[in-house]
Amino acid sequence: MPSISRAEVAHLARLARLAVTDQELDVFAGQLDVILGSVARVGAVAADDIPPTTHAVPVTNVLRPDELRPSLARDEVLAAAPAAQGGRFRVPRILDDPE
Amino acid sequence: MSATATSYDDVVARYAPVIGLETHVELGTVSKMFCGCSTRFGAEPNTQVCPVCLGLPGALPVANASAIEATILIGLALNCSIASWCRFARKNYFYPDMPKNFQISQYDEPLCTDGWVDVHLDGSVHRIEIERVHLEEDTGKSLHVGGATGRIHGATHSLVDYNRAGIPLVEVVTKPVPGTGARAPEVARAYVTELRDILRALGVSDVRMEQGSLRCDVNTSLSPVDSDAWGTRSETKNVNSLRSVERAVRSEMIRQAAVLDAGQRVIQETRHFHENSGESTSGRSKEEATDYRYFPEPDLVPLAPDAGWIEQLRATLPELPSARRRRLQGDWNVSDSEMDAVHNAGALDLIEATVAAGASAEDARRWWLGDLSRRANEAGVELGELAVTPSQVVQLAGLVAAGRVNDKLARQALSGVLAGEGDPEQVVLARGLEVVSDAGALGIAVDAAIAAAPDIAAKVRAGKVAAAGALVGAVMKATRGQADAQLVRELVLARLDQG
Repeated sequence: MPSISRAEVAHLARLARLAVTDQELDVFAGQLDVILGSVARVGAVAADDIPPTTHAVPVTNVLRPDELRPSLARDEVLAAAPAAQGGRFRVPRILDDPE
Repeated sequence: MSATATSYDDVVARYAPVIGLETHVELGTVSKMFCGCSTRFGAEPNTQVCPVCLGLPGALPVANASAIEATILIGLALNCSIASWCRFARKNYFYPDMPKNFQISQYDEPLCTDGWVDVHLDGSVHRIEIERVHLEEDTGKSLHVGGATGRIHGATHSLVDYNRAGIPLVEVVTKPVPGTGARAPEVARAYVTELRDILRALGVSDVRMEQGSLRCDVNTSLSPVDSDAWGTRSETKNVNSLRSVERAVRSEMIRQAAVLDAGQRVIQETRHFHENSGESTSGRSKEEATDYRYFPEPDLVPLAPDAGWIEQLRATLPELPSARRRRLQGDWNVSDSEMDAVHNAGALDLIEATVAAGASAEDARRWWLGDLSRRANEAGVELGELAVTPSQVVQLAGLVAAGRVNDKLARQALSGVLAGEGDPEQVVLARGLEVVSDAGALGIAVDAAIAAAPDIAAKVRAGKVAAAGALVGAVMKATRGQADAQLVRELVLARLDQG
């Protein structure tokens, strides 16, 4: 029994806006299953005295004071955009359904 | 569309509402949540952005200490528990208002949980339970071009300004609030008002709904009054004034009742409120949406406020609105329901300032809750938006107390003030509104009134003093209300041998 189904991979691809062919789905589902299996081995060595963590180092409360730092120049910012108009980023139509 | 409009009274006779509110508050920090860009409102588009808030590759966020402290203060003021350990999370979605394609938010580990706030309405108390208070970053602002009236539907493209992206945003979520019945719209408004006042007292936000620093989403559901199960809820967004919070709940209750009456089911969806019409339209359906694939934000370490830090913050809590109201209620010597009326009219600050400027508490309340409230209602604005200052109200009350104007003339003077004609004193002089108390001038009008109604005059002469009222009225009418009514009465009675 694989730990990730073909349908789940298709769902994730859709959420990530990736166009994946049926053939690729088979390939990726197999590869992801191997990856998940490998990661699962970590769970096997974790004993009760090792709490789950999302960071390698036990550091908390890394904060900065509420102080201004310079922003970028707008020309520089918009020069990197595919399209700009009136000082704003111009993006394609957001909704597909022209009402 | 429903075929027949249903009256609100009819709706609440048959259906019970459950409401819930999600309120977003932009914090008033100098810099953004995860970078040093300015949060100033109204700057030229895309002039307050940097690699972090634009989501450029390699840029790393660092949390703003003041934003964390402000969120803890909000939690404490709302009687919440403060988490001793929590994390930020990524909320993944594709939408151009977030250039990273995710928003840093909090998911299953909010900073504050399980609080409450009491709201007061006509002398009764409604306890609103707070589910959570969490911290996230605000999104950019989109202008939709090419569709009708700036709507996203039908737009050909959109223009995005990221100045707002990354401003610290606190979300305060209530638990569902059942049992408010017909008062649901007012309870919703009173809750947001109380929350706004608490946030303002804490000094953590400028809480200006018209600028979007306080924004409200309103959840509403209906179920038949004899049913234990709650109905399907809708979420109304874009509710951008206190008045509209009330309007949004009311109109949604009426809409859902019409749907249920037609034998259909309410769809769980997002609806958009329209300030002008007071109606809402359907947005995206929640059923088709949304798998945000939250996971712990790997670029930020956990947050672990220790007890010492929390107690230090608790010690800085200012006098909160409920305590202040109790204090002022004592000072002004008014009842619970009178105080609630002051509060819910949004008149507390105004009355306090008017009393501070020299008016009696009674005069201040009478003006702000009476004529001024009526005018604000008619104009569809908040009381504080009227073009009259507390010191002008003090002047008006002073003119009445000195007998220089009567109530009717004072209202005319107020109209002049609101029309920008100057202070009450100036308006009274310019418009010639002062009470005429010159016995000589009034005598002529009195003689004329007596001559015009000889039969009434005869009755008064014969000892029927009550009939004199008609003559006084005639003089008041002839002087367009400007005569000193007491003096006119004395003159009438004296001339008819009853003085």
